[in-house]
Amino acid sequence: MAASAQTLEELARHAEPRWPWLAAVANFARRRPLGAVGAGLVLLTAALAATAHLVAPYDPLANDYGAMLAAPSAAHWLGTDAFGRDVLSRIIYGSRTALTVGLGASFLGASLGSLIGVTSAYFRGRVDLLVQRVMDVFFAFPVIVLALAVVAILGTGAGNVILAIATPMVPRCARVVRASALAVREMPYVDAARASGFRHQRIILRHMLPNVMAPILIMATAFLGEAILLEASLSFLGLGVQEPTAAWGLMLRGAAVEFAESAPWMAIFPGLAISLAVFGFNLFGDSLRDALDPRLRTQ
Amino acid sequence: MGYYILKRLLAMIPTLLGVAVLIFLLLRVIPGDVVEARYLTQGSQFQSQDLMDQERQKLGLDKPLWKQFTAWMGGLAHLDFGLSMWTSAPITEEIKLRFALSLQLALMASTIATCLAIPLGILAAIKQDTWIDYAVRVFTIAGLATPSFWLGTLMILGMLIIFKWVPPMMFTPLWVNPWDNLALLIWPALAVGYRYCAVGTRMMRSTMLEVLREDYIRTARAKGLWLKLILTRHALKNAILPVLTVISMEFAFLLGGLVVTEQVFNLNGLGMLFVEAISHRDYTLTQALVMLVATFFLVINFAVDIAYAWLDPRIHYR
Amino acid sequence: MKSIARVFALAIASLLAWPLQAQTPRYGGELVFPVPSEPPSYDGHREETFGLIHPIAPFYNTLLRVDPFDKGGTKPAPSLAESWTESKDGKTYTFKLHRGVKFHDGSEMTSKDVKASYDKIIFPPPGVGSTRKGQYVDVAAVEAPDPYTVVFRLKHPSGSFIASLLSPYNFIYKAEILAKDPHWYETHIMGTGPFIFVEHVKGSHVVGKKNPNYWDKGKPYLDGFRAVFMRDSAAQVAAVRGERAQIQFRGFTPAARDDLVKALGNKITVQESPWDCILLVAINHKKKPFDDPRVRRALTLALDRYEGSKALSRIAIVKEVAGVQVPGTPFATPPDELAKVAGYWHDAEKSRAEARRLLKEAGVPDGFSFTFMNRGIPMPYEPLGVWMIDQWRKVGLNVTQRVIEPAAYFGSLRKGEHEVAMDFQCGYIVEPDLDTYKFLSSSRNPANYGYYEDPVLDQLYDKQSQATNVEERKKLVREFEKRVLDEQAHYLMTLQWHRIIPHSSRMHGWTITPSHYLNNTLDTVWLSP
Repeated sequence: MAASAQTLEELARHAEPRWPWLAAVANFARRRPLGAVGAGLVLLTAALAATAHLVAPYDPLANDYGAMLAAPSAAHWLGTDAFGRDVLSRIIYGSRTALTVGLGASFLGASLGSLIGVTSAYFRGRVDLLVQRVMDVFFAFPVIVLALAVVAILGTGAGNVILAIATPMVPRCARVVRASALAVREMPYVDAARASGFRHQRIILRHMLPNVMAPILIMATAFLGEAILLEASLSFLGLGVQEPTAAWGLMLRGAAVEFAESAPWMAIFPGLAISLAVFGFNLFGDSLRDALDPRLRTQ
Repeated sequence: MGYYILKRLLAMIPTLLGVAVLIFLLLRVIPGDVVEARYLTQGSQFQSQDLMDQERQKLGLDKPLWKQFTAWMGGLAHLDFGLSMWTSAPITEEIKLRFALSLQLALMASTIATCLAIPLGILAAIKQDTWIDYAVRVFTIAGLATPSFWLGTLMILGMLIIFKWVPPMMFTPLWVNPWDNLALLIWPALAVGYRYCAVGTRMMRSTMLEVLREDYIRTARAKGLWLKLILTRHALKNAILPVLTVISMEFAFLLGGLVVTEQVFNLNGLGMLFVEAISHRDYTLTQALVMLVATFFLVINFAVDIAYAWLDPRIHYR
Repeated sequence: MKSIARVFALAIASLLAWPLQAQTPRYGGELVFPVPSEPPSYDGHREETFGLIHPIAPFYNTLLRVDPFDKGGTKPAPSLAESWTESKDGKTYTFKLHRGVKFHDGSEMTSKDVKASYDKIIFPPPGVGSTRKGQYVDVAAVEAPDPYTVVFRLKHPSGSFIASLLSPYNFIYKAEILAKDPHWYETHIMGTGPFIFVEHVKGSHVVGKKNPNYWDKGKPYLDGFRAVFMRDSAAQVAAVRGERAQIQFRGFTPAARDDLVKALGNKITVQESPWDCILLVAINHKKKPFDDPRVRRALTLALDRYEGSKALSRIAIVKEVAGVQVPGTPFATPPDELAKVAGYWHDAEKSRAEARRLLKEAGVPDGFSFTFMNRGIPMPYEPLGVWMIDQWRKVGLNVTQRVIEPAAYFGSLRKGEHEVAMDFQCGYIVEPDLDTYKFLSSSRNPANYGYYEDPVLDQLYDKQSQATNVEERKKLVREFEKRVLDEQAHYLMTLQWHRIIPHSSRMHGWTITPSHYLNNTLDTVWLSP
């Protein structure tokens, strides 16, 4: 009797791990190694952004005319730029700008888009048709033109860039979410809620929105990568964040291109930073979609 | 079927109208106008207000908004795009060359994307969750993640340093000198095509996975005859259709959206024209460009919808 | 023995003659050059951009021109006018024109064409734009008493009248065409120049071919030219490096120059010159605390221009430390005297300490923050902005930059809402009248973005403009400079631009000047194989 009790205890311990969430993470890492790599990169970017003031060796704004265009060395691990500013510090602080703009734009675009998509699916009929038409109009607009127009109206700077990037994302998100929301609309509990006389807002927010979280999350992660790229593109064009702020796209224009041969570290490292960050977000988002989309599961 | 086609065609009209109104109003909200852009760029000390007012009158900018709008719409109805406010040249002349370049670039990039996406997607699906699958996904997502201007700069620099070769300075149409034409456009086409193959690959992989899940395919796989079966039955055809859809949609985006690529590769295309037109506050040109791109987008959408309805009898009309 | 000596002498003679041969212009070849921006129209009287001059100037002539071999870019030389005289009272200028000058359509150019063109510039008919009208307010009338004589009558004498005629934009058009349609030249090209218009493919290039009946016999040397519109500066450098283009007439950055020299060695020749362009800082006197001259002086004292010059000349197209005149030109203040003006002291520490003291005295707290408005053009606006913000940081000023895109920039300046903003000034010729007009009171100069009134300054300007004695005029210009940059610190000068033109060693006959608007007629340019 005692032996079987022991075995039972052992069995029980193995069945229920001490730290369930750790087991889930380990499981995820084992099953989806790419997603784990992606998640790792995402966490790294976030960590750098959060602790920039502790981790960065130099002030990203401090010009040092004695060390202009210096190659990577012990003093400056990634070299300095045309004004003698430390490239590593600027990249670390640049993660802050990238995440602020990326998260801001992605969150704004995804939430507004999902709200519109769900509402449109909920009301169906004329409202749906009208909203669809309006979304179609924005859809047919070239993304960059919309962003350029917003920047032309509002001016440059981080806040306006967030708006400029979020604007083209709203109709895309709305369309995807609407498709899922239409399916949810047919669910029995939604009908039950309507029959019970719940107000529209309550049904939309409490019953429908939570059930389309999967596509919203996938969209948001995809947007985040796109937002970081779009911010870099706008900064590269001179329409995004401005000097002397540290921003990855900004670091790739001007002197970086001019000195690309004699001082390649200025162009290589910020480009790598952007690529790795967006890569991470995309990998993570991809694996998230694989995990959440039942059709693609291997098991 | 005919009714469906007509319905979809008619649905395009309110969208186009919406686009027209949006761009018209959007442009006028942006501060500054073409007269300021022309006369105030040098901060000239010898500028007179009445000269600027005269110019505004000549361009019709002093008329009330609704009048300007109806005048423009009236012109569009006759397919008359009007004159550029900046150069006073007919807009069709301004757009001609740039459109040819952007169209060719978009076609080349989409072809490259398709050629990469289909085999890679199939490969990744067949070898799902093996290191081949991972390699394909890493490769394609790397394309999505790399900023195109960075890739472009590195490419041009690489060619300069390693091969001591510089792309041609001007665009020559394909029928005039194919060698010069391709020497200029192949590099951006590769850069852009590589970027966009990721979307297609992902779609190809997922549709292929669905195909592989079909019972008859699974039994054939067990028997070892599956490859021949896939290729001869309709399986592959149905799997490819969504991929082509996705790539066609991307193609429409490519037409006016390659602003940064054009800047880096020094291409005189629609993207740069957009940026210039907006920075010059050239209302007529920007409006015409937006209508052109939007029409293109909607037409491609329409074609894809019709193709779907024709090929898949389940979706006859909604 | 004699024959050997003869051969020897011949050999020596041919060796001595060889450098002379290298100088003889050769005929033939097409000059290819990139142009960073495309002109909106072809009318030189209306446009102000170099994007017009570079591709279009070769099709026209002006009445007078700046001597193409004068490095200072100030010496007047005959063009369509072969000679000129000035009356004793300085109010009448008479020009004798060349005979036998033909327009590209075959008709002869006479004084009526010059009169019609200048009437269009100075007294434009309603609806016709003339950007330089204000430069000729002293002109009472233009007359053409006989087919080869043109007379300009002035209201009062002006020391800068001849200089104003040197403007490269004053194309001479055909009178008959102007009479029929004064807007014709906006969309058409037909002049007397050394090259004939072939084609302009929008967004791509302009091509010109040699004018076989050019009035200046023996010129041009080139068979033609091709101006290619290339917006991206890296691509322009690549074109020169790949030897697809021979020159870019505006200017390259120091990095581009170094890359080209390293890559092409002696296949590339570099010409450099101070540039008649400068960025200045407009301080809006309507916004507190910038109405206080102490605060304005602090802003200029904070800038270590000498260190800036050394550092920025490596990465941007700026170099010389300048006052109100391009350094090295006749009226420029010599460096040791300039060093006495606030902001030009050699002791940077002392300068910054004084700046901090002034700020404290004016009641500006440490860490005071303001917005610096800058124009959205990368070179050299961006590096100068970064430099100044860093310098101001060192005296405890916390500055954020707000960048406005070029099309809307001056519209924003005119609104007068800015605190401190970047302004700029580019001229085609160095002349105190033209260069210091900017600083006059707002009531006299609407393009004064500092929005101040300073009658003392206005008086100084008028006195120097009317001064006939050169030394006297120099003294007055210096007084003017001291008041505008030091005592009142109405405006701040940053650093003078520095023009760097690396070009193919195959190209000869072109001399750099301080202005990128000059020397673009291409009649003296030739290519060696």
